[in-house]
Amino acid sequence: MPDIQPYLILSATLFVIGAAGVVARRNAIIVFMSIELMLNSVNLSLVAFSAQLGDVTGQILVFFVMTVAAAEAAIGLAIVIALFRRKQTLNLDEINILKW
Amino acid sequence: MTLESVIFSVLAASAVGSALLVVTRRNPVMSALYLIVNFFCLAGLYLTLHAQFIAIIQILVYAGAIMVLFVFVIMLLNLGDERKLSDGVSWKKIVAAGFCAALLMEFVYILIYSEPSPAVMSASMATEIGTVEYIGSQLFTKFLFPFEITSLILTAAIVGAIVLAKRKLD
Amino acid sequence: MSLNIADFVSSSPLMAVTATALLLILVEASRKGRPGLSFTLSMAGLFAASVFAVVNYSDEQIVFFGMLRQGWYANFLNLVFLSAAMLTVLVSKPYLERQGAHRGEYYILILFATIGMMFMAGANDLIVVFLGIELMSLCLYVLAGFFRTKDTSNESALKYFLLGAFATGFLLYGITLIYGTAGTTNLEAISKNLPTLSSQWMFMVGVGLLLTAFAFKVAAVPFHMWAPDVYEGAPTTVTAFMSTGAKAAAFATFVLLFHQVFQFTGSKVNDLIAYIAAASMVLGNVIAIAQANIKRMLAYSSIAHAGYMLSGIAAGNSEGQTGILFYLVAYTLMNVGAFGIVGLMEKVDDQNLQLDDYTGLSQQRPFLAALMAIFMFSLAGVPPFAGFFGKYYVFLSAVKADMTWLAVVGVMTSLVSAYYYLRIVVLMYFRDGKGDVAAQPAIPALVAVTSSAILLLQFGIFPSFIVNAVQKLF
Repeated sequence: MPDIQPYLILSATLFVIGAAGVVARRNAIIVFMSIELMLNSVNLSLVAFSAQLGDVTGQILVFFVMTVAAAEAAIGLAIVIALFRRKQTLNLDEINILKW
Repeated sequence: MTLESVIFSVLAASAVGSALLVVTRRNPVMSALYLIVNFFCLAGLYLTLHAQFIAIIQILVYAGAIMVLFVFVIMLLNLGDERKLSDGVSWKKIVAAGFCAALLMEFVYILIYSEPSPAVMSASMATEIGTVEYIGSQLFTKFLFPFEITSLILTAAIVGAIVLAKRKLD
Repeated sequence: MSLNIADFVSSSPLMAVTATALLLILVEASRKGRPGLSFTLSMAGLFAASVFAVVNYSDEQIVFFGMLRQGWYANFLNLVFLSAAMLTVLVSKPYLERQGAHRGEYYILILFATIGMMFMAGANDLIVVFLGIELMSLCLYVLAGFFRTKDTSNESALKYFLLGAFATGFLLYGITLIYGTAGTTNLEAISKNLPTLSSQWMFMVGVGLLLTAFAFKVAAVPFHMWAPDVYEGAPTTVTAFMSTGAKAAAFATFVLLFHQVFQFTGSKVNDLIAYIAAASMVLGNVIAIAQANIKRMLAYSSIAHAGYMLSGIAAGNSEGQTGILFYLVAYTLMNVGAFGIVGLMEKVDDQNLQLDDYTGLSQQRPFLAALMAIFMFSLAGVPPFAGFFGKYYVFLSAVKADMTWLAVVGVMTSLVSAYYYLRIVVLMYFRDGKGDVAAQPAIPALVAVTSSAILLLQFGIFPSFIVNAVQKLF
């Protein structure tokens, strides 16, 4: 069984890259993809912990996270489509009728 | 170096590289494609952790379904290579990058210096846990209740997506 | 392992709402364009669920293979969520009809969100906490964008979605680190191993990430920035539901995790929560003064109220718990009431949403003005309304936990808040109006706001009614 520490560090790295994308990017779709990246990096930690502990809960939680991510993708992209139909832009700096 | 650590290093390097490309590309289509590459790398890493079922699901659900939805929407909205969507460097981003680097250092520090959990199991046991049979048997007994909650989440998401995106209501 | 009938009986409030939601989908599919039926059915389902919650109130059980904990705590909060949902449904019907968006899907989403909240309050496992939050949030994202043809509504949905999903990432990472150190996601097991766990850095980072995620969900400073925009842009009745039901659900889990499971009383974690509470009270109340739009003003006021409730969690004693639960009841009633009246006043295209539009309301609609005055007095914490006792209990708990400074900040900022709440009362009663404020008559909405005003007065005069329900079983 490999040592899981490298996996945890990799997972933290990917999480932070995703978080940086959310904070820094202004394109709604790319922000959303960065969030998907964060969720995925957490899945890697979960599988690593599951392997180390010899417990299946982590893998099952990954399964649920994927379901939630699918539901989130459906809703999020529906919101994006509804918005784009009216505004013709996805730049978060231009989506500013309400003070941000 | 053992074969395992070589495989890990290659997959980890390509995962980090593709993740960086996802958050830096101007064109959303490119971001989406690099995200798919990232998902494949993670699926490979799951295999090295003996989680076969999750690895397959990762490719089927994430790369196969969720990312197809993303690419489809990007194409539908014709976001192609829009210049006005691109964004340059600003002080905000430098602050964000610094903040994230600090966050990462903290995570890595804590992960390196935290004591490893005691229970480490053998490879054969790990392989058994990752099988479809074992996951299925747990999913439909102990985890039946959360499993049913996910079905509610998917139902609610269907209703919600229709409410928001259907062209004509009533 | 097998399922018992008892599992279903003790979670009957949950089952009733779920069955109603699924039934409504079938009704919508077969009888298109008749949302009145969905309205009636959802009210019936929510009412039946409240009856079940009262009947099962003190039936303590852990059901569904250790996933769900039913008992007084879950049922007390179920009653809060169900009342928030019922009041919201009542005020929504006339509002949506006026805005030309009365569709049955609205009620389906309200019901699904309520189910998510009930999972959060009854969770006995971090997996259920996660899934409950997601079910609730997904429905609320859609509800915030329910007016598809309005730019403000779309924008509100997008902002809420992106920041909500971002917070989900933190929540999930927190759960993962806790699972990695504790080896389980079961709350009882974590609670038992707490002494060994809390010395581990990784566990504490997980707790910190959970704290961040919940601060996001309850809109506490410094993670509050989404709230004013989202509350302003969403349909008013949805704002009423988000600011009460969703906030109550987030606090329910917050109390469950940080009060019953983690128990960091007197530690650095509780100090941190106290700072968050103080910052929320100060910032929310000060910025609320400068707002001209009433929905935005109430949004900042809700940030301040999150601060008051967080001081009960920071105190970490049983008075704090009683205080928060009492506060949640009072806050739900007064905020649904206030937003309900804002919804009654609102015209198409966001007209009548400025504070100035309330000038002279007492002359044209004396009854509405009187109700609004009650809600404003209660929000400001003036006795004899329930809002006063809510504040009294949480500040008392802070004093008992040697956090007198927090109680002092709370009382001072409450005095500041009186300025902007009472300004509305002054405008309504002591200024001459423009003469076109008349809101359309809407029986269900009037029933809802009147009953919340009556309940506020009742719980304000007889607070023991709720205090006993909380203490007796703890």
